Amino acid sequence: MKISRRQMLILLPAAAVAWESVLAGTPEESPNYKMSEHWWGMLIDVSKCIGCGNCVRACQTENDVPDGYFRTWVERYHVSDENMTRPEVISPDGGKEGFPVAKGDEGKYFFVPKMCNHCVDSPCTQVCPVGATFIGPDGVVLVDQKYCLGCAYCVQACPYGCRYIHPQKEVADKCTLCYHRITKGLTTACCEACPTGARQLADLKDPKDPIHEFLRTHNVQVLKPQMATGAKAFYNDLDGSVR
Amino acid sequence: MSTFKDAGHLFRFAGLFVLAFLVFLVVRHYVVPKSFGQYGHYRGASMGEIAARPVKFAGHASCEACHTDVVDKKKNGKHAQVNCEACHGALAKHADDPSTVKPTLPDTAVLCARCHTASAAKPKGFPQVVPAEHSNGLPCETCHQPHNPGMDAPKTDAGGAK
Repeated sequence: MKISRRQMLILLPAAAVAWESVLAGTPEESPNYKMSEHWWGMLIDVSKCIGCGNCVRACQTENDVPDGYFRTWVERYHVSDENMTRPEVISPDGGKEGFPVAKGDEGKYFFVPKMCNHCVDSPCTQVCPVGATFIGPDGVVLVDQKYCLGCAYCVQACPYGCRYIHPQKEVADKCTLCYHRITKGLTTACCEACPTGARQLADLKDPKDPIHEFLRTHNVQVLKPQMATGAKAFYNDLDGSVR
Repeated sequence: MSTFKDAGHLFRFAGLFVLAFLVFLVVRHYVVPKSFGQYGHYRGASMGEIAARPVKFAGHASCEACHTDVVDKKKNGKHAQVNCEACHGALAKHADDPSTVKPTLPDTAVLCARCHTASAAKPKGFPQVVPAEHSNGLPCETCHQPHNPGMDAPKTDAGGAK
């Protein structure tokens, strides 16, 4: 095949442009997602939780969480009338396979799903010595597992106990708020699997999100507000004994 | 230039500092990832890497695109707000390739009891039964069909999902 000088002059820049796009890699997974348009949080309605463990199982499936480690888990509280501030809390295998039947003789029982609170002023991101964990522009606290050293400062710093060191990867691991799903317009795996709607993903920057109406009209709390973490997991109907 | 007389050793020392700074800049250029500092004190590209992880739960919208018959059954029943994969499990593979990846039917004996076994810890308004007393060992779907579990619902589709 013979290529004239003129053809060569046209072909060379075209090839250069093509090579550039090859080097740049495949386009973004989620081309329509703009970080600056979102500010993610989670609504957890304690009065709706039935302790079925669907969220725990869904999270483990979706995120390949190793056995015995949890990005989300469910606790069952038993608060007796005599000792309101010292609840008895159980969470057998994170509540993954449900809970033993509670006999309602005395006191009150309820379930509290726990997960990363995606705090605005998170202690976990502040202690990282290498910048491997951070809160993104869309309000999700993530771990850069290629950068993490596995020093576990963040595991100690989290007041909610939401982080662990992955036993195989030996780096910090935690709830990503299903970042790979929410950037594609899906909800999180735990919200998708929750049969009663006790968990709802909330976008605080979206004026049409029902979270705003809900926060206005309900008694909503965050966990450990005294720690000023700016937690974004909002609990409805939370009992004062929950820590 | 008499001020700088006999000051050569100072210039050589300053030169050494400048050289060390240049070496630092060059090493830094190669060691610090390109996207570090794009949004803050972290590697901006890591967000894209996390977003690129595979999805396992397809989401109820993709189920409903094909299974319109189930949508019709569910919409007036008590389970209208229960998403498909809450019972059927993660099925993104089936949604991607419906002809080869076939989901298995969940075992209702385990599935129904998981939510509806009576416990004092469950919200009072939530329908709950003691399974042994409630059905005398009969399978749940003898009376309730999972997509519309009310007793007045038509019981044409005993197994629930197809």
